[in-house]
Amino acid sequence: MDKSTFDTRPAITGPMHASLRHDSAHKHVTGSAEYIDDIPDPAGLLHAALGLSDRAHAKILSVDLDAVRAAPGVVAVMTAEDIPGENDVAATGQHDEPLLATDLVQFHGQPIFCVIAETRDAGRRAARLASIVYEDLPHWTDIAGARENGAPLVCEPMTLRRGEAETEIENAPLRVKASMEIGGQEHFYLESHIALAIPGEDDDVTVWSSTQHPSEVQHMVAHVLGIASHAVEVKTRRMGGGFGGKETQGNQFAALAAVAAKKLNRAIKFRPDRDEDMSVTGKRHDFRVDYDVSFHEDGTIHALDAIYAARCGYSADLSGPVTDRALFHADSSYFYPHVRVASQPLKTHTVSNTAFRGFGGPQGMLGAERIIEEIAYATGLDPLDVRKRNFYGQPGSGRTLTPYHQEVEHNILASLVDELEASSDYRARREEITAFNEQSPVIRKGIALTPVKFGISFTMTAYNQAGALVHVYNDGSIHLNHGGTEMGQGLYTKVAQVVADCFQVDIDRIKITATTTGKVPNTSATAASSGTDLNGMAAYDACRQIKERLIDFACRQWNVTKDEVEFLPNRLRIGDEIVPFDTFVRAAYYDRVQLSAAGFYQTPKIHWDRKAGRGHPFYYFAYGASCSEVSIDTLTGEYMVDRVDILHDVGRSLNPALDIGQIEGGFVQGMGWLTTEELWWDGKGRLRTHAPSTYKIPLASDRPKIFNVKLAEWAENGEPTIGRSKAVGEPPFMLAISVLEALSMAVASIADYAVCPRLDAPATPERVLVAVERLKQM
Amino acid sequence: MQSAIRFILNGEDVTLGDFAPTETLLDHLRLTRRLTGTKEGCAEGDCGACTVLVGRLTEHGLRYEGVNACIRFLGSLHGTHVVTVEHLAARDGTLHPVQQAMVDCHGSQCGFCTPGFVMSLYGLWLSNDRPNRAEIEMALQGNLCRCTGYEPIVKAAEQVAENRPSALFDPLERDRTEIMAKLWAIRSKPDRIVVETPRVGHRQAGHHQAGRDEPGQNQAGGPDEPARTILPASIEDFAEILSENPDATIVAGATDVGLWVTKQMRRIDPVIFIGHLSDLQSITEDETGITIGAGVSYTNAFDLLSDEIPALGRLIERIGGQQVRNVGTIGGNIANGSPIGDTPPALIALGADLTLRSHSGRRTLPLESYFLAYGKQDRLPGEFVEKIFVPRPRDDAYYAVYKISKRRDEDISALCGAFHLTLDEEGKVETIRIAFGGMAGTPKRATHVEDALLGQTWSWGLIAAVRDLFDTDYQPLSDWRATAQYRSLTAKNLLTRFFLETAGAGQELVRFEMEEA
Repeated sequence: MDKSTFDTRPAITGPMHASLRHDSAHKHVTGSAEYIDDIPDPAGLLHAALGLSDRAHAKILSVDLDAVRAAPGVVAVMTAEDIPGENDVAATGQHDEPLLATDLVQFHGQPIFCVIAETRDAGRRAARLASIVYEDLPHWTDIAGARENGAPLVCEPMTLRRGEAETEIENAPLRVKASMEIGGQEHFYLESHIALAIPGEDDDVTVWSSTQHPSEVQHMVAHVLGIASHAVEVKTRRMGGGFGGKETQGNQFAALAAVAAKKLNRAIKFRPDRDEDMSVTGKRHDFRVDYDVSFHEDGTIHALDAIYAARCGYSADLSGPVTDRALFHADSSYFYPHVRVASQPLKTHTVSNTAFRGFGGPQGMLGAERIIEEIAYATGLDPLDVRKRNFYGQPGSGRTLTPYHQEVEHNILASLVDELEASSDYRARREEITAFNEQSPVIRKGIALTPVKFGISFTMTAYNQAGALVHVYNDGSIHLNHGGTEMGQGLYTKVAQVVADCFQVDIDRIKITATTTGKVPNTSATAASSGTDLNGMAAYDACRQIKERLIDFACRQWNVTKDEVEFLPNRLRIGDEIVPFDTFVRAAYYDRVQLSAAGFYQTPKIHWDRKAGRGHPFYYFAYGASCSEVSIDTLTGEYMVDRVDILHDVGRSLNPALDIGQIEGGFVQGMGWLTTEELWWDGKGRLRTHAPSTYKIPLASDRPKIFNVKLAEWAENGEPTIGRSKAVGEPPFMLAISVLEALSMAVASIADYAVCPRLDAPATPERVLVAVERLKQM
Repeated sequence: MQSAIRFILNGEDVTLGDFAPTETLLDHLRLTRRLTGTKEGCAEGDCGACTVLVGRLTEHGLRYEGVNACIRFLGSLHGTHVVTVEHLAARDGTLHPVQQAMVDCHGSQCGFCTPGFVMSLYGLWLSNDRPNRAEIEMALQGNLCRCTGYEPIVKAAEQVAENRPSALFDPLERDRTEIMAKLWAIRSKPDRIVVETPRVGHRQAGHHQAGRDEPGQNQAGGPDEPARTILPASIEDFAEILSENPDATIVAGATDVGLWVTKQMRRIDPVIFIGHLSDLQSITEDETGITIGAGVSYTNAFDLLSDEIPALGRLIERIGGQQVRNVGTIGGNIANGSPIGDTPPALIALGADLTLRSHSGRRTLPLESYFLAYGKQDRLPGEFVEKIFVPRPRDDAYYAVYKISKRRDEDISALCGAFHLTLDEEGKVETIRIAFGGMAGTPKRATHVEDALLGQTWSWGLIAAVRDLFDTDYQPLSDWRATAQYRSLTAKNLLTRFFLETAGAGQELVRFEMEEA
C-alpha cells in the first residue's frame, strides 16, 4: 500500500479530556439547529391548545364547550371522555394527576379540555370561550396555609436519624431554634414545552417531544392511549433547555397530542404559549426549614433536629424523591453527631412541583448553611471557621458518617476550600470589608465562602442504568445513540468523545443521533447529573464489544496475537502493518463481523433502604466551593454581586470547556433562585409571575462583575467512572449559596455582626431592606 | 393610495398586500417564510430569542437596529430592511466574526437563545467599533440566556471588540448602497397605504370574544368588514385618518400593544402605524428646553437627553432591553397612561408639557394633568400625542430619578421617583417637584411632601420631619413587584437618598467604574 495516503497524525480530534466545542455550536449560531417547532409541518397538521381552570380548588358542576366548538378553525374539542386509556400522567404511579380534570380542579390553571384547531392562534382563542360552572372549595397555596388547614401529604414522608437528637439537643451550651423560608423557582428553559405527534398504522404513533425522559413519555402515551409501549416511538434530538423542568412535565403535552393524533388521524403539534407553560408546569419546591440546633462555643455542632416542609402542589409528581434529596443534603458538608431530619411534603392548591437542578438538594443545603450562620453570629466566629470545624473528617476521624449512614469517602473538601480561601484572598478581603462598612453609611458589603458536597446517583437505585447503541458502518463512519438527552449540557459531545477515544477516530466520523425509544429502550431520565456517568459508560461498553470482535478478526485475518493489535489515531497497527480504520472495518464486514453493539451500564455499589433510612445511595460525591462579595444599598435593598471566585471538582474533566460552562451557568441560575426570581400567587391562587415580564431571571448585567472560575485540576474520581470524571450538572448550582450569605453579612453589619440577619430566599431588594430594617430596630 | 407594503427581507424584495394588522414579523418569518432560525421564547419582547435587525433610513443614513420580531407587526415594516440570522454567514458557510466568536468562546449551550444573541451582537458590531463592557451589557439587556450565565457570551463580544476581525463578506456592508437605494425608492413618494384583509382568517379567528372589556378594545367594524392596516402618508394625513377612525389603535413601537395581541388576543383593528412618520421623529433643543416628537424612540432620544439631563439618560438605560428601546417611544410611554411607565414621573418632575394634536388643531397641557385616573387619560377622540416639551433645568437645580425594580435592568418599576429641586441663596427650598410612578393609579406628584418642603431650609432635619408625609400622598398597592410597605418605605428613603446626594454625601451602587464606562 501507498503509505503516503495514510493518516499519520499523532492524535485524533475530540478525545476524552479535551475542550471540544459543543457538537451543535455551529448550528446554534447560524440558526440551523433544528428544534421541534422548526421541523417542517407534516401535511394536514393541526394544533392543540389547553382550556384551563380559573379556580384554585373547586368542584366542576358543568362544562359547556359549545362556543369553543363553534369557534372559527376549531376541528375538535377533547375532554377526559376522549381519553381511550387511563386519564392519568402521574410520574411515580400515585394515580393522582389526571391529564384532563373531570369533576374537581385543584389549581388555578389546571387543564380541563383541549382544543384542536387549524392554527395555533385559532386554538388559543377558542380555548377561552368555555363556560364552566364551579363550586369553590377552600384553597391554600403556600406552606403556612397548608399547615393551618391541616393539609395532607402528597406522599410518604421520610426521616433520617443517627444518634439521639431529641435528647442530646439539650446537652450543648448553646442552642438556636428558628425557621428559614426558601422560595421556589421557575425553570425558564428558553424553549417552552412542545410535542409533535404523528399517527401511524395500527396503534402506532410517533411523538417528537422536548423531554429529558423519552422513555417515560413513551410509557405515558401508551398508558393514556391504552396501548402497548411498543406502538409508541418517542424522539428527542435536542431541547432548548431543560433543567429538570422537562423530566416529567412534558408528559401532558405529548399525551394530549398523541390522543388527538390517533383520534383524528392527523398530525398534531402542541406548543403552549410561554405564560401557559409557566402556569401549567411544575417548579422548584418552596421549602420551610424549622431547625433546632445545639452547639458548642467553638462552633461545633452537637445535635440537630429539623423539619423540611415543602410546597408540593396538588399531586405527588416527584415530590417524594425531591424531599428525600433535601434530607440527603441537610448535612451540606457537615458532620452532625446527633441528627434527626424529617420531610413534610405538603399538598397545596398550586401546580404540582417537580424536578429542578439539584432536586431538593439546594434547599436542604441552604438550611444547613443558615444553621452555620446562626452559629457564627451567636459565637462571633467567622462563618468560614464554623464551617471548617464542622466538615466531615477523613477516615478514622469518627466524623465520616452521614445521617443516612453512608461513609463519606475520597473527601477532598478541606483541601479544596483551603485552596480557594487562599486564591480568593478571603481573609484579607473580609477584613477590608468590615473596615469599609464601619465608615460607609449607605452602602454595605459582605463576603462569604461556602462549600458544596453533592451526592451523585439517582436515589431510586433502579434508575442508575443506561443503554447505548453503536453501529460502525462499513465505510468506517459511526452512528451513536444512547438513552441520554441533549438539553445544552453537552452530553452528546461528551459521549461522542468517549466513542472517538475508544476507536481512536476523529470525532467528526461519529454521527450523533436523536435519542429514540426505538433504539435504546427503558432509559432513565437525563437527570440527577448522571447523564455522562451512565451513558458514557454504556457507550464505552458498546464500543468495547465491537472492538473485541474487531481485534478477534484482526488476529484471525493477520494471524497475530491480541497484543499485536493496536488502535492508533484513525488507523490500526496489526503486527507490523498499518491499516487505515475504514479499510480495516470494510475488511471486517466482508468477513461477516458484527459491527453493531448495544452497550449497557449499571452503577455499582449503591443501595438504599428508605424505610430504615440506611444505605449507600450515592456512588460518590462531587465537591466545590465559592467565595462571593456583594454590595447592598441600605436605603432600598438593591444590591450588586461584585466578585465571585469558584473552585470546583469535576474529577478528571472529560471536557473542561463544557464543564466550566456548566459551572458558570449553574452558578448564575442558582444566584437567580436566591435573589431576583420570585414566584407570586395572588389571593385567588393564580400565579402572577408567569412570564419574563414579571418573573426575573438574571441578565448579563447581573452576573458577577469579576467571575473567576477554576476546575480543581488535581482532582480525580476515586471511583472508576468514565475517564475518572465526575458529574457536573447540578453541583455548581449550589455554589450560589455564597451570594445569599454575602448579602446576609452585608445586612449583619447594621447590627455589628451580632445578630443573624435570617435573610430568607429569594433575597429580593425588598427582603434585603426588610432585614436591614429589622436589624436597625435591634 | 396604495394597498401593499414593501420591504426587503434579507436579500429579497417583498411586496405584501394580504396580511392581518396584527400579524407579527415572527410568525411571518417562521410560518410563511420558513426562516426558523428566529425563535419564539416569550412572545412579549422580554427574552430576545426572536431578535432580528431592522434597517431604516434616518437622517444619519441607513441604520440597523435589533428588534423583537415577536411583537413587531408586519405593517410597521414598510420601507425597511429586515435581516435575520440566516443572512449572516457567507454563502460558502464561513461564519460571521460574531458567530465565530460565539463558537470559540463556548457561548451557546442549548442554543435556543443563541440566534437572538448573535443578532444583538451583530447590531452592536454595526453600531460600535470598540464597545466597552458597559456597552456590551447594555446591548445584551434584552436577551435572556438560562444556560451559560452569560460569561462566555460577554467574552465573545469582548473578543470581537478587542480584535475586530474583518468580515469582507459582511452582508450589510457589502450591500449597503444597493439597499439604501431601494429603501429611498420605496420612501420617495409618500402615499397613504391601506391593506385590507378578510376578518375570518387564521389570525383573526374568534376575535369577537377576546378581551372585550379591556381598555383600548376597539369595536369598529362588524365581523364582515375587512380588518385594516393603515399607514398615513404624513402627520396631516394621520390626523385626518384618526378623525375618521377615532377608535383605531395607534401603533408606534408596539412594545406594549404587541402584548395586547400576543397575550390578551385582543382585536385592535383598524391599526394606524406611525413609526415611519418623520414628522414625529424629531428631537430638538434650544435655550428653553428639549422638544421630543412622539415617535422618537428611546434610542434616538438617548444621546441628546444624556448630554442635557444626564439623570434622564441613566433612566433610559434601564428601560426595557435594547430591542425595546430601539422602537419604544417616549410618546407611547406617556400616551398609554400606565401607572408604572418610567418616563412620566421623570418628565413631570421636570415640568414637561404635552402637545396633543387632532384634525382640528392642537392643545398643550402640563404632562401631569394628562393622567386623569387609572386607565383614563385626557385624550379626546381623534387626538394623538404629537410632542413633549421638557424645560431645561436651571444650572443650579438638583435633579434625580431613581428606578427601583426587582432586577436592575429590563424590569418594570416597583416604584420610580423623580426629584427636582432648586434652593435660594439662603439654602431654602425655592422650587420642588417630586413625582412617582408605581405609587398610585397614575404617575403622581407628592404634593403634601412638596408643600412641606417649600420655603424651608434644605436640611437633614427637614427631610426627617417631612418624609412620613409620603403616606398622605400615596397609598400604594401590594403586588408581585413589591408590597405596599416596601413601596412606602422606599419612597421615603429615596427622599433621603436625594438629600444625601444634594449634600454631596450620596453613595450608590456602581456596576462599572467611570473610566470603564
